[in-house]
Amino acid sequence: MAVEQVLHGLDSLELEPSPAGADAGRIARKAWAATWPKLLAIALVLGLWELVALSGWKHLVLRGPAPVLSNLWGQMQHEQLWGAIGSTLETAAVGYVTALVIGSVVGMLVARIPPLRAAFGSIITALQTMPSVAWVPFGIVIFGPVNSAILFVVILGAAPSIANGLITGVDYTPPLLLRAGKTMGLRGFALYRYLIMPASLPAFVAGMKQGWAFAWRSLMAGEIVINIIGHLSIGQLLTTDQSALDFTSTSAVLIVILVIGVIVDMCFTKADLFIRRRRGLLDASAAT
Amino acid sequence: MSTGSRQEVALATAVPGEAADRPEAVRLSGLSKRYGSGPRGVLALDRVSLSVGQGEFVCIIGASGCGKSTLLSLVAGLDRPTGGEVAVGHRRVAMMFQEPGLLPWLTAASNVELALRARKVPRVARQERTAELLGMVRLDGFGPKRPHELSGGMRQRVALARALAQDADVLLMDEPFGALDAMTRDLLHDELDRICREQGLTVLFVTHNVREAVRLGDRVIVLSSRPGRVIEEYQVPDDGPRGINTPQTAELASIITDRLREEMGRHGS
Repeated sequence: MAVEQVLHGLDSLELEPSPAGADAGRIARKAWAATWPKLLAIALVLGLWELVALSGWKHLVLRGPAPVLSNLWGQMQHEQLWGAIGSTLETAAVGYVTALVIGSVVGMLVARIPPLRAAFGSIITALQTMPSVAWVPFGIVIFGPVNSAILFVVILGAAPSIANGLITGVDYTPPLLLRAGKTMGLRGFALYRYLIMPASLPAFVAGMKQGWAFAWRSLMAGEIVINIIGHLSIGQLLTTDQSALDFTSTSAVLIVILVIGVIVDMCFTKADLFIRRRRGLLDASAAT
Repeated sequence: MSTGSRQEVALATAVPGEAADRPEAVRLSGLSKRYGSGPRGVLALDRVSLSVGQGEFVCIIGASGCGKSTLLSLVAGLDRPTGGEVAVGHRRVAMMFQEPGLLPWLTAASNVELALRARKVPRVARQERTAELLGMVRLDGFGPKRPHELSGGMRQRVALARALAQDADVLLMDEPFGALDAMTRDLLHDELDRICREQGLTVLFVTHNVREAVRLGDRVIVLSSRPGRVIEEYQVPDDGPRGINTPQTAELASIITDRLREEMGRHGS
């Protein structure tokens, strides 16, 4: 028998049979399997919260889920909340994108230039562990009580994580791939563009995700601490409600902060899953 | 007597250092490589001289620690020798490893295409050539698959297509089939044999597997261990199609195995 025919036979035997087509029932079952644990978790939290509220512990501050959620619903009917969310997200986006650019450039330089690595590698890690609220006084002194001061804090909070993610990614580029690239004739910029950068992507996304967490925290800290007159923001809303001793509203705003953080984090998790699935780094059964 | 005839084969076919009646493609002259310096340095290769003819398939075999992989890295220019020199003329050199080393984020076709891109082949020509190369390793239609969706043997064929995409005259192979099962390996031997003949490639093929060396090589070079030196050469008689299981292959393989064992035994005493 011809080698070619045997080889084709072996190929088709070795490939995994493709899974059955995705019919509507299958998709619905998958969606349900992904959803019910989350619903259960939310129900558990609400239940515990209700229990604590019923116990009457610190009842002036700690309101039950029912009044808080209805307060939140009420606030959602008004423009003030949406205005605050909009302006906070705008600051978040500007700060995060700036941090992304700075972090990427610094990370790339530090990863590839040994003297820079020796000089700044540990400084970046040190910056990463620094609580970003500590930068607030500097921000105010340099920029005054304006939005730039908050941006400054956000960027300092997020950029080190992003830079570190990139450095880790470059460091962990498999040597075998580098050798393969070099024998292929990839040199200098092309080696970066086609090999090192894509190889670093998973670690870079992990760094971006961590950077987002830091950015969001720094942003909230900044907005709460730096009082900008006439500038509406989520942090501002929180401070106003708190000083008015309106703890129902305060709790509602806390939920907003939590939900936004979780939604953005979910986007990063999705991106991470997508990358890992494409590279075959994910068990097929775990891929949802 | 069988031992007598084996000796005869070995003696009659041992032609030291010279490629028979072909223009020379690769020459190693007194090639040495030492890792580290001083008394703690390790001499991996010791004055290895070898001439490989154009279109010749040379297998290099030796026990662990003979510097086989070092030898290939030196020829590929991935590493610098501490003594002697490598001459490949203006020939392009491609290399394949035991692991396919495919980029996991690219499809099979894009992996092959990247090698073409590195040579600055224009886009349209790239796509055409990629399809042609995948056809050559009999992977037509598998271009859009990613490496993790392919079997080990298929990945290694993509790696071969990628090496061929470098338009190399010299192909260096570092145990490329070492991680494959025997059945796949046999089939790939046939395929590699065919492709190398069709393309007139000069091949330096490193392996642990004596039968594989005899199956594929026009010549088999045996290296000693620590340091690596050429201790024996066997010309494989070119008498028609070869197989891994033919009596001729088995006979020469057992002669070479005996020689290798003798060499390994020296380190035991």
